[in-house]
Amino acid sequence: MGGTFQVIREAMPQLLQGLSITLEISVIGLLLGGILGILFGLMRSSNNAVLKGIATVYVELIRGTPMMVQAIWLYFALPQIVGFYFSTLQASIIAITINAGAYIAEIVRSGVQSIDKGQVEAARSLGLTGGQTMRYVVLPQAFRRIIPPLVNQFAISLKDTSILSVIGAGEVMRVGQIIVANNFKALQIYSTVAILYLIIVEIISIISQRLERRMRVD
Amino acid sequence: MIEVQNLHKRFGTLEVLKGVSMTVEDGEVVCLIGASGGGKSTLLRCINGLESFQEGDIIIDGVHLADPKTDLNAVRREIGMVFQHFNLFPHLRVRENITLALRKVRHLSADEANEEAMRQLQRVGLAEKIDAYPSQLSGGQQQRVAIARALAMHPKAMLFDEPTSALDPEMVGEVLGVMRELAAEGMTMVVVTHEMGFARTVADRILFIHDGVILEEGPPEAIFDHPREVRTREFLSKVLNV
Ligand SMILES: Nc1ncnc2c1ncn2[C@@H]1O[C@H](COP(=O)(O)OP(=O)(O)O)[C@@H](O)[C@H]1O
Ligand SMILES: [Mg+2]
Repeated sequence: MGGTFQVIREAMPQLLQGLSITLEISVIGLLLGGILGILFGLMRSSNNAVLKGIATVYVELIRGTPMMVQAIWLYFALPQIVGFYFSTLQASIIAITINAGAYIAEIVRSGVQSIDKGQVEAARSLGLTGGQTMRYVVLPQAFRRIIPPLVNQFAISLKDTSILSVIGAGEVMRVGQIIVANNFKALQIYSTVAILYLIIVEIISIISQRLERRMRVD
Repeated sequence: MIEVQNLHKRFGTLEVLKGVSMTVEDGEVVCLIGASGGGKSTLLRCINGLESFQEGDIIIDGVHLADPKTDLNAVRREIGMVFQHFNLFPHLRVRENITLALRKVRHLSADEANEEAMRQLQRVGLAEKIDAYPSQLSGGQQQRVAIARALAMHPKAMLFDEPTSALDPEMVGEVLGVMRELAAEGMTMVVVTHEMGFARTVADRILFIHDGVILEEGPPEAIFDHPREVRTREFLSKVLNV
């Protein structure tokens, strides 16, 4: 067992370095994905057929294809169209962004749709415009319901970054693979990688539960 | 003055209003009665521009709702509406429920809006609830706040869609009381209600709506004491015997 701890201790600096890249990709991806998701979620809730259509195609396209395919396509196939390569980190952040964006768009749409239609009618009957009704009446209420699934999406995106090891972004899963390729200690290293994910996801889940409890008190 | 001319409203293939014509004079109180599903709510919602319609026209003080150039937001801010389920904004305090449209639609200053909110709350007897959230109020209080919210816009007319149907019986009186005062002050009102006592004593005119048409109309005494139509008699015997 002494050997085990020795192996893990030696690998830890690299793994933590990888974990920080994992966090970097997930945090940036989720922030950008959040913006994208709110935009497309509102487009999906709108009455404008064109906006709705664009958003629906986006959401269906992303949710209907595996993220591994998306990541590989972005990194290896897209350059043949646009004529330049993304760095692995850029490709990873883009993959997480468009992926989280599609799922967040659905979260936003269902949040908006969960608000009682009577709220919109009351606001419109007071003379508020559609935009004002959205901004002052629907979104503030929808936002409270959206936060818990949004935090949950963060945990999902974080775990999804492991898929990006296929393009070698240097996140913790990829780092684990490289270490194992050198020392063949698959059991110790991959178990450690799993535990690192678990710790982060648990922390997110505790935050999420706190938030949910606070929402309920309001 | 509200004038509804030969109004037809369809949801897909389902025709809900089949040629409704009615007039509401300034200061008049008109009660709409009739069985559920007859189209009463749809009619009110059309008058307030919340629902579009396929044929006919609604003319409010000379403004034609059928005209695509008409700004429906402008129509709506001149007409107050009170809903069965109150539809207060739960994330806002009573004060902000009332001041929201005053600020964003009427462009009043914060002070002016607050004063107006206070004035309207005093009118419905709820000044002390100005900082409460809707969830902290009883149903009757919520509905009175909803009335105050609509009145704060100084509407030309008020539409009520079964304002007491969702209330516990002991709270019906306080809401009807506020509505009686409004009527006495000369507010133009269109009221969908199953409260026949209210309709009889407050309404200038009763319209009986059945299956998308106005089947019978007249002053309360005529409708309640000498209904001409079989359907009206059937309906009245049902609601008056419960
Ligand atoms: N948004 C809608 N879509 C389809 N049908 C509707 C809609 N709103 C109302 N209806 C139908 O229109 C008819 C009249 O409804 P409503 O105006 O609510 O009647 P009332 O208020 O007299 O009970 C009913 O058959 C109802 O199912
Ligand atoms: Mg109704």
